[in-house]
Amino acid sequence: MKFTRARGVGLLGIFIAIVLLFAVNNSLGNKITETSKIQSIWDFTSTIRIPDSAKLKEDPKAPPVAAIELPTMITISLICGALILVGGTLIAKNPERGWVAPYMSSVIGFGFFSILLWAVANNSVDLSDTLSRVVRLGTPIAIGALAGIVCERSGVVNIGIEGMMLTAACFGYAAAAISARMIYGESLPANVVKGVVWLPLIIGILGAILTGGMMAALHAWLSIRFKVDQVISGTVINIMAVGITGFTRTNFLLKFESPLRAGLPQMPLGPLADIPLLGPILFDHKPITYLMILMVIGLNFFLFRTVWGLRTRAIGEHPKAADTVGINVNRMRYRNVIIGGMIAGVAGAWFSLEGSFGFDDGMTNGQGFISLAAMIFGKWNPIGAFGGSLLFSSADALQLKVQAYNFDLPSQFMQMLPYVVTLIVLAGVIGRAKPPAASGKVYEK
Amino acid sequence: MTANVVPALEVRNITKQFPGVLANDHISFTLLPGEIHAFLGENGAGKSTLMNILYGLYDPDEGEILINGKLAKIKNPADAIGLGLGMVHQEYALVDTLTVTENIILGTELRKGPVLNAKEASQRVRELSEQYGLAVPPDAIVGDLPVGVQQRVEILKALYRNVNMLILDEPTAVLTPQEADDLFRVMRELADQGKALIFITHKLREVREVADRITVLRRGKVVGDADPKTASEGQLAALMVGRDVVLKVDKTAANPGDVVLKVRNLNLRDDRGLTVLDDVSIDVHAGEVLGIAGVQGNGQTELVEAITGLQALPSGSIELLGKDITNRPPRSITEQGVAYIPEDRKGTGLVLGYSIRDNLVLSTYYKPPFTKGLTFNDPAIDENAKELIATFDVRTPSATTTAGSLSGGNQQKIIVAREFTRKNRLLIASQPTRGIDVGSIEFIHNQIIKQRDAGLAVLLVSAELDEVLALADRVAVMYHGKIVGILPIAEATRERVGLLMAGIQEQPNGK
Repeated sequence: MKFTRARGVGLLGIFIAIVLLFAVNNSLGNKITETSKIQSIWDFTSTIRIPDSAKLKEDPKAPPVAAIELPTMITISLICGALILVGGTLIAKNPERGWVAPYMSSVIGFGFFSILLWAVANNSVDLSDTLSRVVRLGTPIAIGALAGIVCERSGVVNIGIEGMMLTAACFGYAAAAISARMIYGESLPANVVKGVVWLPLIIGILGAILTGGMMAALHAWLSIRFKVDQVISGTVINIMAVGITGFTRTNFLLKFESPLRAGLPQMPLGPLADIPLLGPILFDHKPITYLMILMVIGLNFFLFRTVWGLRTRAIGEHPKAADTVGINVNRMRYRNVIIGGMIAGVAGAWFSLEGSFGFDDGMTNGQGFISLAAMIFGKWNPIGAFGGSLLFSSADALQLKVQAYNFDLPSQFMQMLPYVVTLIVLAGVIGRAKPPAASGKVYEK
Repeated sequence: MTANVVPALEVRNITKQFPGVLANDHISFTLLPGEIHAFLGENGAGKSTLMNILYGLYDPDEGEILINGKLAKIKNPADAIGLGLGMVHQEYALVDTLTVTENIILGTELRKGPVLNAKEASQRVRELSEQYGLAVPPDAIVGDLPVGVQQRVEILKALYRNVNMLILDEPTAVLTPQEADDLFRVMRELADQGKALIFITHKLREVREVADRITVLRRGKVVGDADPKTASEGQLAALMVGRDVVLKVDKTAANPGDVVLKVRNLNLRDDRGLTVLDDVSIDVHAGEVLGIAGVQGNGQTELVEAITGLQALPSGSIELLGKDITNRPPRSITEQGVAYIPEDRKGTGLVLGYSIRDNLVLSTYYKPPFTKGLTFNDPAIDENAKELIATFDVRTPSATTTAGSLSGGNQQKIIVAREFTRKNRLLIASQPTRGIDVGSIEFIHNQIIKQRDAGLAVLLVSAELDEVLALADRVAVMYHGKIVGILPIAEATRERVGLLMAGIQEQPNGK
């Protein structure tokens, strides 16, 4: 019997299912001694609530639209049983194609669901809130992935997205803080204290975009003009970003008094936000999250329907062919890398102006690299990359969610989850994803 | 020919000097509208340099180019296209992942503002393909199409840009004979509609078939003009090479012995899951040449790499003299008596940065007399180099010259010298004469026959059908990873093999 990818994935799936089953069994067993009402692990139930978004605003105790009560152990056992069964089939039959990706995706998807049920045993969870959080946390990852797509589709590898994001987060925040001080002085006037101070925040976003663009221009200059290896050049950007932002924060941001106290506000889209489940997931977010969705759709259109997109795809795949029909390959690459950096700048603004308000050292926390994983997962397509981003952010959202439930899996393990998932996805699910053929190669006539 | 027609293109005294080579030496010619003008010459005769100058890829040192009677400055391909001059390169300038239409319109897009006008573009492609009889599927992904169709896309790309002159650089190199005939029909059609065509080739048969006029180049100079109707192949060959050439390989009938190589049921898929080898089984006997014909990329490369141990096999078996060598390491296979001339001379055959003397011991350096204890025995290696350079007529200033600085023919001789001087039972020669001069071709062909007559089993893989037909005793044809037919040489006519190469199976009972 030969070891193949299908068999490896089958084995991994079975392993994950068995470990999960044992862990749940143990953990629920331990809970029985503490509570007297429950006699056996089969008595635990997990409740999933879908709250009534419209009424929730007036009455925080408004009854949910739906509350589904699932027997915890039975549901998890069924899920794991099915995963083991399919995994076994994979090992026995060794199918050559078409099985691996769906199987691994269901292992991850159902695995997440089981962990959620496990965490809320004898308790209930708000589904709208959980899923809304997935979209929110997926925002910087998705935007970063778009930045990567714009670069790599034109043939320039960009592993400096993390650094571009971090620098943009730092200087975006600085731009907002300084402009607020210049406009309003030491404190906000009474009439705007309560409202949102849009002008400095927008200046902050623009500052972040500009910063991202400048970092990218450096990357482009090094890798196109001086033909520096693109991975090295990207690494230079990442290392430099840590230094610049650390310096700026300790020597400037920490000492600077800004009247600005809050970042970008929540912007529910009127009645749409009141739709149960769908409303909170799609229509009750802050501005950059909406912008992300528009950018995904927009880039998909630009890449596949416009002259710019056609040329971008051509120079990333076969620059010589593009050159012979009169396209200036290097000029287009400069332009695309800088546009990519500006997009990464938007993701940077998310960190310091939307996700939280303020700048911390290393606050991008590897999300730029996860963006690249999402890009690869999506095979360099905007929509696919968006899907990848949601997969990775759901690992993150789950991790944050279960911490609130006094969950007995060590929090360090849960914090590893997004990265472990990234690893499994890159190695197992997508197999060999084919990057643009000329990606990473210097173009010389 | 009327004297008062303005030539579409006139070239006067073009000269181009590369370091060490005078690639073009005062070349002049004219190209009239509606004619097919063939340029015949060996590799390295300066044909490609000349065309690259016309297409704006090189700057000439001297000389001028007139288009429609007016002096033209061509700085880059875009200029050339603007002046109505298009070119189809040997390696197609097509983006594999884009559709046919996208490839054709790239750079000169039909647009509504920034947005592509996809509908009108594919309509325009359809019109053009009907006008010139070049059938292509406008919305197919180019990478999925056969090379013959890809070539049509290249031609359409030029026509879409309204060129009236078209340079075709070795257009038949990757085509089956039938695809080549189809190309000739298209070329004639284009000429009839008033386009002027330059057809570059080194295949004598083709120029006589399609050209209106022939110019022969040798060592960067025009050495003669010929009329395809009157010139014989022998005359053309003599012009090309500068001396009389034996076009046929002299050989006696084969005297096949026992089976040396036994290949059974090889199957292989590539990363995308597409079939590369489809149940391949062949036998090669001692003292015979089994030639494998087929258009490039039909599994020949993988078959050869499987036999030499460079490609792992999931199923099937390979036996050498009754001993199983399936999935054995390459060195072990080499040591059991397999000589190998790889198709990629520069990547697989030689270490270009190493000296000739080192390249000559690449497969034996670890054995005495070349190694003594832990160190090399330099005198033995030098002696070996001296001897082989003389025996195999490698033209080089010294044994310490790097392999990369030699011509293709001399590089190939180094490989032949290295491989043929071991004790061998099987010779695998993959594209042994690709891109080398006629003199070296003759030499290598004779060497291969000599090995056969010494009792080796020879497996010859070549995309040049003429080469297979000249050397082989039996011809196997590969198509889509499958052996679609094995013919004794007496029955292997150009037409029969050509049909098999195109995947058309012989139907004994009509249907």
